[in-house]
Amino acid sequence: MAFIPHTEPEVAAMLAAIGVSSIDELFDEIPPSLRVRSLDGIPAALNEMQIGRLMSARAQSDGRPLAFIGAGAYEHHIPAAVWALTTRGEFYSAYTPYQAEASQGTLQVIYEYQTMIASLTGMEVANASLYDGASALAEAALMAVRANRKSQSQRVLMPTSVHPHYRKVAITAAGNQAVSFEAVPFSPEEGRTPLTALAPFDGQDVTALVIQQPNFFGVLEDVDALTDWARARNILVIACVNPTSLAVLRPPGEWGAAGADIVVGEGQPLGVPLASGGPYFGFMTTRMAHVRQMPGRIVGRTVDLAGCDGFTLTLQAREQHIRRARATSNICTNQGLLVTAATIYMSLMGPAGLARVAAVSHARTSELVAALTRLPAVRMGFASPYFHESVLRLDRPVAPVLRALADRGILGGFDLAEHYPELGHALLVCATETKTSADIERYASAFADVMKAARAA
Amino acid sequence: MPALREKVIFEYSRPGRGARDQWPEDVAPASPLPEALRRKSPPLLPEVGELEAVRHFTRLSQQNFSIDTHFYPLGSCTMKYNPKACNQYAMLPEFLGRHPLAPESHGQGVLACLFELQEMLKEVTGMRGVSLSPMAGAHGEFAGVAMIRAYHRARGDLARNEIIVPQAAHGTNPATATMCGCSVREIPVAADGDIDIDALTAAVGANTAGIMLTNPSTLGIFERRIEEVARIVHAAGGLLYYDGANLNAILGKVRPGDMGFDVIHMNLHKTFSTPHGGGGPGAGAVGVSTRLAPFLPIPIVGRDADRYRWLAENDLPQSIGRLSAFMGNVGVLLRAYIYMRMLGRTGMSEVGEYATLNANYLLAQLKQAGFEAAYPKRRASHEFIITLKREARELGVTAMDFAKRLLDYGFHAPTTYFPLIVPECLLIEPTETESPQILDAFAAAMTAIAREAREAPEYLKSAPHNMPVRRLDDVRAAKQLDLTWKPTAQT
Amino acid sequence: MSAIPTDLRYTKSHEWLRDLPDGSVEIGITEHAQHELGDLVFVEVPEVGRLLSAGEACAVVESVKAASDVYCPLAGEVTAGNPALAASPELVNQDPFGRGWLLRLRPAGAVTRTFLSAAEYAALTAADNS
Repeated sequence: MAFIPHTEPEVAAMLAAIGVSSIDELFDEIPPSLRVRSLDGIPAALNEMQIGRLMSARAQSDGRPLAFIGAGAYEHHIPAAVWALTTRGEFYSAYTPYQAEASQGTLQVIYEYQTMIASLTGMEVANASLYDGASALAEAALMAVRANRKSQSQRVLMPTSVHPHYRKVAITAAGNQAVSFEAVPFSPEEGRTPLTALAPFDGQDVTALVIQQPNFFGVLEDVDALTDWARARNILVIACVNPTSLAVLRPPGEWGAAGADIVVGEGQPLGVPLASGGPYFGFMTTRMAHVRQMPGRIVGRTVDLAGCDGFTLTLQAREQHIRRARATSNICTNQGLLVTAATIYMSLMGPAGLARVAAVSHARTSELVAALTRLPAVRMGFASPYFHESVLRLDRPVAPVLRALADRGILGGFDLAEHYPELGHALLVCATETKTSADIERYASAFADVMKAARAA
Repeated sequence: MPALREKVIFEYSRPGRGARDQWPEDVAPASPLPEALRRKSPPLLPEVGELEAVRHFTRLSQQNFSIDTHFYPLGSCTMKYNPKACNQYAMLPEFLGRHPLAPESHGQGVLACLFELQEMLKEVTGMRGVSLSPMAGAHGEFAGVAMIRAYHRARGDLARNEIIVPQAAHGTNPATATMCGCSVREIPVAADGDIDIDALTAAVGANTAGIMLTNPSTLGIFERRIEEVARIVHAAGGLLYYDGANLNAILGKVRPGDMGFDVIHMNLHKTFSTPHGGGGPGAGAVGVSTRLAPFLPIPIVGRDADRYRWLAENDLPQSIGRLSAFMGNVGVLLRAYIYMRMLGRTGMSEVGEYATLNANYLLAQLKQAGFEAAYPKRRASHEFIITLKREARELGVTAMDFAKRLLDYGFHAPTTYFPLIVPECLLIEPTETESPQILDAFAAAMTAIAREAREAPEYLKSAPHNMPVRRLDDVRAAKQLDLTWKPTAQT
Repeated sequence: MSAIPTDLRYTKSHEWLRDLPDGSVEIGITEHAQHELGDLVFVEVPEVGRLLSAGEACAVVESVKAASDVYCPLAGEVTAGNPALAASPELVNQDPFGRGWLLRLRPAGAVTRTFLSAAEYAALTAADNS
């Protein structure tokens, strides 16, 4: 019996204490017509040795190709201490810290996390995290609608240079509450959002403007001009940012004259493994003025009966379990385990280490771009500054090239054909500090082979 | 528990200190970043060595209660053992290092696990379609209600915007309905704990989109007239949504699909033992009947012959859409998969059986010790409610006081003050992975606390006494907001 | 527990109204309401000049346990929100009928609703408590 400790004599004693003769009797309130006979579709139990073999075989079949994909999830070195500490049973198997006196460890970690992520983003306050970057962006749109008293339209401007999945998730999550997202096109030459694209909205009632930095293409947007445009028109600015980049780039709190209003993003780069897409965590930070509109859990510092410092969940009246139908959101979970990992990661890296990761990642990407654009079939996608990701244009469809590279154990990047057909044969490539010059050389030479083979065919 | 309180990590910082062997070697960039966009001053992150960080976080962990260290009978949370094997095999390097956008050709192993998980979840719930993409229970609820709404709108029935919710429901239920643009109508629960059928009959009509229920209910008892409830709601044109928070009670014994539910969400972090992690991550897979299958959130794992692939927008054009940037919490899903394979066919029903045995046994022990069950004539499911309203009235001690004092005895408190309709309640769920000796010890602690309530009420009311902190001032935490550490104040 | 002031009018949702000499109406929540909520940690009052209709949510009172909307009993234009409550929300707990007032407004048009007298409100809350 998996993980059930009872012996037969113990069961007999328990049944006697209850006053029934069998476990089956305990189900006698359930109509017999509803009782399951047997679950034939479930295979027989495996013991730990057997499941270990199965999982190892499956992992091996997936292998470990050399990967140059970014597009919202980034491979960074994760120090061994991060998950050694995070998988300690006291963190791993603890519940949400509702009984604060029994959860000071978790609560203090979250308080430290809130401090770090607020500072990293240049804002005043943070929540304890949301599910992922995409759902955090959706929550930010809902929050902007609540917070922007000067606007009734519930219209949010969403540049098409924002991650395509994020835009889809925003519509799924917020569309049912009458929030509309309106596309703002990017410049095909520069790969970023020009002020002229915002001009049609001048003088209209708009609630918020989303700015992703770097944007989905890795291109750096003109965040100051965009932020000032919005603030001059009482439009709230929602920044969607890469946390590693903030070690070297000016944070949203310092964009334009007065900064952004709400900041969100994907926290995965901070010590969370790629793991086929999750679990990750979404961060959200804002100004104190908006703290009561912010969804999710928040940890505060207070004192106990003896006057000693302690931590507790606070501002819970906003949350689902108290306001019920008038909640700001229905969110119940924060990504506690991932936030723990990120806090340990940020503590180990420190400001200088994180800046080094950012700088070296950017250097490796520029090295990769240089190596690949040396080939005649490849040229730069956009003539704009970028950070640790870049678009390349090929002289032929991208998909077969990627397949041929995959056969050689290299995942060359993300094909933009599905989401941005107007860019032609476009490939989004990314190299982080985990790639060496030898790795890049291997990619470039495999790429050259693939191009030659195709030409010969 | 260590008596020493641990400083905030920033207080260990020394300028220039860092775990340098974690930093990559410096490399000059081929194209530098524009000066105008560069950060001018560094962010506030700790500057500590690796050993300092390891000590700090290790000591913090030692201030937590957890399943690995303490009995944790939180009702409605299913705090069962999280098997180490689930963690170890979900964290194999090939699984951990795989990019979400890696091609399917380099993911047949993980996709096989996810496909088989979908199939097993269909089998235990009696549903026809499953999506693994919602990232938490509340997220699954959102998907479920959104699918109900999409179903009605696809049929042109735009008036159906009302969701019925029992008074005892979990707070996420009405919040979810609102997020989906629906209105909420609450109906009462009858004295015996079942839904008030007359109130339900009066509440359904042409505006009814559906009803959100859990069975066993949040009161810890089985909704005996569930088939009648299903008939009434379906006859009025509405659908039935099952909140899977209490699935542990009936796993392998009853299937929500057989009870008439059209859509269910499962809490993989409850029933299927993935780690609670101090507040997450969860995974809220949703299961549906045939008529809702076209609306499932994407992506879903499909199989053509012996190849697995992702099904997305083109395969499910009526899908309610994407809920996450990628595929959901795959690492959590792998842990649930491993757990279900280790339970196997017979293990599933053993979960339901022993969870129910433990709950009924603990209830019997507590009743014998003089505590009052909220529904004394009913069988406990996997959980039950004790009400302390008599103790509150006669002795002035509350459920909160009992909860805090239990911490001193080395037990995490049960859920308190939920469901809202039972005054001064404790909702107690032992789970199947606890031995009878632990249950006896818990009952003994409750008995001792009841004696303290009579003999030393002031000591009880100021509990806990043996924890790293005393009872914390919630009011001050909300009024004097201190949400981030600030250097000038503390240094 | 303080007596229910007889010079005020009341609503079933536990608000009170006081007629001020200049023709405006002062509005707050009752002793019963503040007791139910517990220690208040935050109060949000409407801004001056805002136009409210009868029954519209005009303020929020938040304790550790619960956050509640306060519904405006009658239509009008807000002439003042209590400025002391931002720093001291506990005034509502300490003196709900006096210094804990929430807002003042100038009524718009004829008031068709009838409100409860002190005696009627007392009967209502006595029934609630039993």
